[in-house]
Amino acid sequence: MAVKDPTPRIVPVWRNFKDLTDWEALHQTRPEGDKHSDLFVSLTEGIHNFPGGFAVTTVADAFLNWARKSSVWPVTFGLACCAIEMMATFASRFDVERLGMVPWASPRHADLMIVSGTVTIKMAPMLKRIYDQMPDPKWAVSMGSCANSGGPFRHGYHVVKGVDRVIPVDVYVPGCPPPPESLLNGLLLLQDQISHFRRTGARAEPNPKVD
Amino acid sequence: MTPEQARTRIAERFPAAQAAGDAPIVVTLPVDAWAGFARFAKETLGCGYFSFLSAVDWKDEGLEVVAKIDNTDDRLSLLVKTRLGPGVSACPSLTPLYRGADWMERECYDMFGIRLEGHPDLRRILLDDDWVGHPLLKSYAVDTPHPPYR
Repeated sequence: MAVKDPTPRIVPVWRNFKDLTDWEALHQTRPEGDKHSDLFVSLTEGIHNFPGGFAVTTVADAFLNWARKSSVWPVTFGLACCAIEMMATFASRFDVERLGMVPWASPRHADLMIVSGTVTIKMAPMLKRIYDQMPDPKWAVSMGSCANSGGPFRHGYHVVKGVDRVIPVDVYVPGCPPPPESLLNGLLLLQDQISHFRRTGARAEPNPKVD
Repeated sequence: MTPEQARTRIAERFPAAQAAGDAPIVVTLPVDAWAGFARFAKETLGCGYFSFLSAVDWKDEGLEVVAKIDNTDDRLSLLVKTRLGPGVSACPSLTPLYRGADWMERECYDMFGIRLEGHPDLRRILLDDDWVGHPLLKSYAVDTPHPPYR
């Protein structure tokens, strides 16, 4: 029996990528597709279309979403002065741990990335890489003017004009910097979004009560 | 050494230079006297402290390199300026004389594209190596696209 040679693995160099789509293709497509998720989706589709089956799937969804939103672990990713406000939000006075959020110093155990501060063009590949290291399902909060749009540095030569050009963002928190109350409100909005998460991963309609 | 004495010695040694003011003494030089003046300032005027080096883009009149060097014992400080002339981006390096000039000159190259001749390791210091252009030049467009993030 012939043994196949292992495929040589070429270490990617950032400047060899044409653009962001090129970079994402390397990091996000799996060689044989997403077999487990596809199986899960077709299974839940089957149950959902069974007479009375939607009750099972919606209850399961509600339970899973309750679990997801009750333990959103943000990765500690401070970039600028917004990080000070983020730390205040994590600390005892505002205390996000009562919402089930544990600031965690590893992207591999985290569900949420709070982009707190100015993203420079030099920092963007690292930010993208940390985001890619987080397991699905994952969320991102853009905190402050700089992360939302570039803010006061928008016309500078070195700043990414909004972090949504690098990663997908779920909640934008305005302010320069946003006080802990604002960030807390943003995190509550995010929890509300998560509780409307669908089993297929599609985003729900905005909730008129809170959005 | 008082500022008056320093100005007299500069006028004796470099007749082409103009020196004015007390703190700092603003010395305007032709480019070819740049490295020679720095050596004179270090050895004769005792300016051992290299404070900073930067540049100014005067558009059509060309670039101007500015450096501040101090004698901390006599409280003497020199602000040395030189015009490179229109379209010229070469200037002698002060790094062989002052080690503190190393990173300042690399930044000057990074931001203004001034080739500091005689610098041991002239490459970009703040921006990525594959960056196109020198952003502090007046001719650099603010909205220059930077793929992939613009």
